[in-house]
Amino acid sequence: MESRQYYVPSGCATGGILHEAGEPISGCEIAALMGAMHERSNGLGGGFAGYGIYPEMADCYALHVMYDREDKRRAVEELLSGSTFLVRSERIPTRSTAGVVPGPDVWRYFVQVPPRNLESLTEEDYVVRLVMRINLELPGAWVISSGRNLGVFKGVGYPEDIANYYRLDEYKGYMWIGHGRFPTNTVAWWGGAHPFSLLEWSVVHNGEISSYGINRRYVEMFGYRCTLRTDTEVLVYLIDLLRRRHGLPWTALWAILAPPFWEQIERMRDQHKRAAYTALRQVYGSAMVNGPFSIIIAHSRGMIGLTDRVKLRPLVAARAGALFVLASEESAVSAVLRSPEAIWAPRAGFPAEGVLQRSEAVAG
Amino acid sequence: MLEFSAKNMSHRELNFALRQLVLSGEREIRVCGVCGHRYLGTGLPGPASITVEGVPGEDLGAFLDGCLIRVLGNAQNFVGNTMNSGQLIVHGNAGDIVGYGMRGGSLWILGNVGYRAGIHMKASHSQTPVLIVGGRSEDFLGEYMAGGVIVVLGIGCEGSTRPVGNWVGAGMHGGTIYVRGNVPGHRVGKGAKLAPCQEEDLTQLEVLLAPYCREFGLNLAALLGDPFVKLVPASPRPYGRLYVSSVGEC
Repeated sequence: MESRQYYVPSGCATGGILHEAGEPISGCEIAALMGAMHERSNGLGGGFAGYGIYPEMADCYALHVMYDREDKRRAVEELLSGSTFLVRSERIPTRSTAGVVPGPDVWRYFVQVPPRNLESLTEEDYVVRLVMRINLELPGAWVISSGRNLGVFKGVGYPEDIANYYRLDEYKGYMWIGHGRFPTNTVAWWGGAHPFSLLEWSVVHNGEISSYGINRRYVEMFGYRCTLRTDTEVLVYLIDLLRRRHGLPWTALWAILAPPFWEQIERMRDQHKRAAYTALRQVYGSAMVNGPFSIIIAHSRGMIGLTDRVKLRPLVAARAGALFVLASEESAVSAVLRSPEAIWAPRAGFPAEGVLQRSEAVAG
Repeated sequence: MLEFSAKNMSHRELNFALRQLVLSGEREIRVCGVCGHRYLGTGLPGPASITVEGVPGEDLGAFLDGCLIRVLGNAQNFVGNTMNSGQLIVHGNAGDIVGYGMRGGSLWILGNVGYRAGIHMKASHSQTPVLIVGGRSEDFLGEYMAGGVIVVLGIGCEGSTRPVGNWVGAGMHGGTIYVRGNVPGHRVGKGAKLAPCQEEDLTQLEVLLAPYCREFGLNLAALLGDPFVKLVPASPRPYGRLYVSSVGEC
């Protein structure tokens, strides 16, 4: 037996928990959910996104930035001072944790965008440009999240250890998503751990994006730059493009990201539905995500689980009262829900959605 | 009967304990507190029987070799991966890839199964694996099936067209799939074809379903009274000439 201890059983773990009535959930909960799927990761990446964790700063964009070079911090802070109204800046507190080799210095900046800077841009476009500029032009500094009232905490280690490292037990939010990484195709580094996040969107992902090259070239046409060396990054930019900039409803996103096969579209009896699916595949063919995946998308008002259209990666959904949970494995659900009223495996290409019912103090 | 809790045990410790017990002659074991423990009962021989409370992890009963494992709730993915003989019984739903490469024994699920159930099942002269699903199956049921029998009862799908998903039996070249209810032609995968159920099929179904119905308290006569359809390979050797045909011939 001893000689086989090196064996690692496969994976990637995804998970998420949302209180649909907006009650705060401790970061301990998502750490427990991910810890229950320990076997799915191999210690080469863990991370979390918390929504509603900065209510007192909810009108500021919270930029979480990793630095592996001190001079880059000065450069970023200079850039932020010149292009935003910098309300507060601080190093994100961490604690020494067995299993986590301390990584880059991670800071957070609460910023507002001065209206006179906008010219013809929207505030969100302005923030996206700022994030892209830092990640592209200042290597050694990486913006890992940029939404309001939310933040990403990630690094190299098992997810439950990363949660301890970032002291997530000291945070509360109405929604959390988490990830345990088992990197297969790309390098394991702090910025390459999941979630990937931009503005209000965050994504965790189990699988691989075979269409990464096509998707990447497509989003680059709209000004996004993939700099974080993990395929999942492109999903966040696709979602920002389709949802925020093109204003498409979520239902159209499923039809674009994980569309029905052509033969299934041809069999649709409703001619309007058939025409809509055909048009979306024709117009957004370059945004189709090929390859095996199950993903959890978090946005300010809820979270969504989705698998590829032939279900090559696992995902289960569960509900107990106002709590909505997504996880790679059913067994993990019991780590956070005592007695779920419903537990199900979403069908391939069909979303499982949890929706926040409250309207004040949301992230975004 | 020997009972213990798997709480605070790793999957390695739990499997080590089960193996020690079964090999030392314990006949009846009950484990509670199971939560995501993988490879439960891997390769265990008979005649022991193990009852599982909680949700077992991936690859439940992989390479099972004669043991009986009964799960009182749901199971996850890869149930009965390459099992050789014995019995796996799930009193709930199971996930994807149930009975992957199964080559003997029986695998009974009371509820639904996910995608790719019975993928690449195979039979030999002495062994015929049997997978019975009480509820419905998602896509790719019996994909690349080479032997054995799959039965989907579709309980709860009455009147609907989907006791099974799309691409049923895609690439199959052996074995038989029975479905209670209707399977529309467009759901039949390439390599499989629909066939009517004959008298001998009904006899076989009765033999297979009688113990299944006893286990789960189902009405055998009522189920057998409903129409079944059968899926069989369109060809026993679909790729026989793949590498020998000249251009234009395939």
